[in-house]
Amino acid sequence: MENPILETSQLTRRYGALTAVNAVTFAVLPGEVFGLIGPNGAGKTTTIKMLTTLLPPTSGSARVAGFDIVRDARNVRRSIGYVPQLVSADGNLTGYENLLLFAKLYDIPSKERQVRIQRALDFMELSDAQNNLVKTYSGGMIRRLEIAQAVLHRPRILFLDEPTVGLDPVARQSVWKQIEMLAQHGTTVILTTHYMEEAETLCTRVAVMHKGSVVADGSPAELKKSVGGKKTTLDDVFVFYSGNTIESGGNYRETSSVRRTAKRLG
Amino acid sequence: MTETPELNRGLAVLQFIRKTFVIAELEVRKLRHDPTELLTRALQPALWMLIFGEVFARLRSIPTGSVGYLDFLAPGILAQSVLFAAIFYGIAIIWERDLGIIHKFLVSPTPRSALVLGKALSAGVRGLSQAIIIYLLSLVLGVQISWNPLSLLGILLFVFLGSALFSTFSLIIACIVKTRERFMGIGQVMTMPLFFASNAIYPIAIMPSWLKAVAQVNPLTYEVDALRDLMLVGGTSVYGLPFDFAALAVSTTLLVVIGAMLYPSVVA
Repeated sequence: MENPILETSQLTRRYGALTAVNAVTFAVLPGEVFGLIGPNGAGKTTTIKMLTTLLPPTSGSARVAGFDIVRDARNVRRSIGYVPQLVSADGNLTGYENLLLFAKLYDIPSKERQVRIQRALDFMELSDAQNNLVKTYSGGMIRRLEIAQAVLHRPRILFLDEPTVGLDPVARQSVWKQIEMLAQHGTTVILTTHYMEEAETLCTRVAVMHKGSVVADGSPAELKKSVGGKKTTLDDVFVFYSGNTIESGGNYRETSSVRRTAKRLG
Repeated sequence: MTETPELNRGLAVLQFIRKTFVIAELEVRKLRHDPTELLTRALQPALWMLIFGEVFARLRSIPTGSVGYLDFLAPGILAQSVLFAAIFYGIAIIWERDLGIIHKFLVSPTPRSALVLGKALSAGVRGLSQAIIIYLLSLVLGVQISWNPLSLLGILLFVFLGSALFSTFSLIIACIVKTRERFMGIGQVMTMPLFFASNAIYPIAIMPSWLKAVAQVNPLTYEVDALRDLMLVGGTSVYGLPFDFAALAVSTTLLVVIGAMLYPSVVA
């Protein structure tokens, strides 16, 4: 069997008395599009934050692209790209400038910078808008720019936290298309979502998170089969494993943060 | 390829400096897109010099030695502008955190200290624009400005140093309090005492002894002291420029180290 490109072992994060992520263990193979699904507050974002070195785990460990997320954080950072749930492109800079500054931060040699930036802009269909301030972009354009920014240094793994939250259906389709193309080019993708349709469209494998734990893990087809029934959807899978509907969960702060993101992107 | 540890260390230092400048470049580009903020920030120092300065110059109640009160005040207001512009950085950090911009910087392979020092340098760029405004105001009001190129270079150095110090201080507060509301409250409570418990608008000599003690540990005092020496014809420093520089440089270094440790916690 192929070696996993990412694996976690008993990964745990506590905030005071609250256990946000509880002894999570999973592995992702190179080239997979791996989805963490679950409602707000299930621990998806906290898991991503640990895997992207933003947050040290309370206990347990993880290796990303072969590097330990605590001991070898610098090398982890070189190997990954990350699109946070919130809007992370700088609205007071142009699309081109957003890419240029990250090209510099990721040590892309100056000879290659222009070529790579223009190629990324073409790929994301943003060439025409490259010299406009990002605050004039539509939600879908901002997300595509952010993905371009995150893959400019050709990371082995791309993390996307709720990549289409707050986007209209057309913008969502265009973001999905870009993610699919990146996956076809061999980038391993790890994304979180609470849209089941998104998981079914994009993911080769999903892990269902509930109250900080992974309660099921498999391909969408496998998971649906394990629940049984003829017209089973991932929604049903989720209800089956968590005894919960998608809509519930999430506290005031998360809800308002999602709404804020949605409003900014909308 | 064989790499010696010395070479690696040299490369790391070079990397650190380059990354610091990338962060500052970002700020310069933003200011170029929208310079209006720089002009609105000119209002407050103008009011201080025009109203407060003119009135107290008439009173002649503050002993300022051989220089007139407006001359005495001008470097103090320059230091104040640097302080106020720099203190704004904490709130900008919280704002960028709320948007998700900081997350992306922290995930990049950029040393934390370069992120913090880059912000400090950015504050220096803003501080510099303030300095230009204060110099113009001073020129109009007839302050005896020293145009000696070395003095101007000195002003540049101390404006950057003061901006770096106070913006990093502000960044640390932001990392501790984490929300905009709390920062606003604390920011107000801190800037005023820093300003009034310093030699910015009156000499330390006229202060009661307890306030003198506070003013002497207040870094703004050393900022003002240096600016007063460098900006004015016949300006003098109480503590001496080397001491002012050392006091500010040591505090800034210390704050950048603390800031780099706390910075990642802002997204936790």
